[in-house]
Amino acid sequence: MPKAPAGTLYRGREGMWSWVAHRITGVLIFFFLFAHVLDTALVRVSPSSYDSVIATYKNPIVNLMEVGLVAAVVFHALNGIRITLIDFWKSGPRFQRQMLYTEIVVWLVLVVPGAFFMLKHMFETLFGSAS
Amino acid sequence: MATTINGAAAPAIETPRSPRRRPGGPKARTNFELYAWLFMRISGVLLLFLVLGHLFIMNILDGGVQRIGFGFVAGRWASPFWRTWDLLMLVLAELHGTNGLRTVINDYAERAQTRFWLKMLLYVSAGLVITLGSLVIFTFDPNIS
Repeated sequence: MPKAPAGTLYRGREGMWSWVAHRITGVLIFFFLFAHVLDTALVRVSPSSYDSVIATYKNPIVNLMEVGLVAAVVFHALNGIRITLIDFWKSGPRFQRQMLYTEIVVWLVLVVPGAFFMLKHMFETLFGSAS
Repeated sequence: MATTINGAAAPAIETPRSPRRRPGGPKARTNFELYAWLFMRISGVLLLFLVLGHLFIMNILDGGVQRIGFGFVAGRWASPFWRTWDLLMLVLAELHGTNGLRTVINDYAERAQTRFWLKMLLYVSAGLVITLGSLVIFTFDPNIS
């Protein structure tokens, strides 16, 4: 593969950056899936070993990373819909940029309340329950 | 009998647009990349429901991750519906991710040897994950101690 000549920089704007984000989130999710199948496989070993690995997920720091994972999965899912529409809908390529901005709004609408419910328990444990 | 032009043998001319000969002999042309592309779209749409549903049930619905434990899994997997859901999600997600990583390796690993071995590692790990995951779903024993 030839190297790109020095001094040039492709600036693909929204199309390129959504492609970059799709790759990064995809690779991240793939490695998480590998770890997640291994940790779930402990249900076949013993209830206590499964419960102890699941305790890791309940740790506040790991809980925060789970929010990041959910945010990455939701982005990958929404951007996947956009890619499919670009490929199969005849006006898809023309509206790819508008679809990206719509996607970002939908992403915020899903992830912000989702993060709130995922972190609610963590805040209650750390700072005491409001009820 | 060879074709002759004015009594002399005509030079052999290749058929126009004949397929390119690959090094190591001609290979059967397949539409693998087309089917891989199509698979990404179809599995992607199915995973949209399977994975987002899974994340919602596991992380947000009544208590989220805090309520998960061996008893929770045993309760869920008592139903064939959830075992089918999880098996379908496991296989589709692993194949979707494997094909995605295959693309990433093909794009960034510049040496043929590196590309080959990274993909072998990828395929072996995918085989292990699918085998282990489906074995766990099929042989799950709620009375294990």
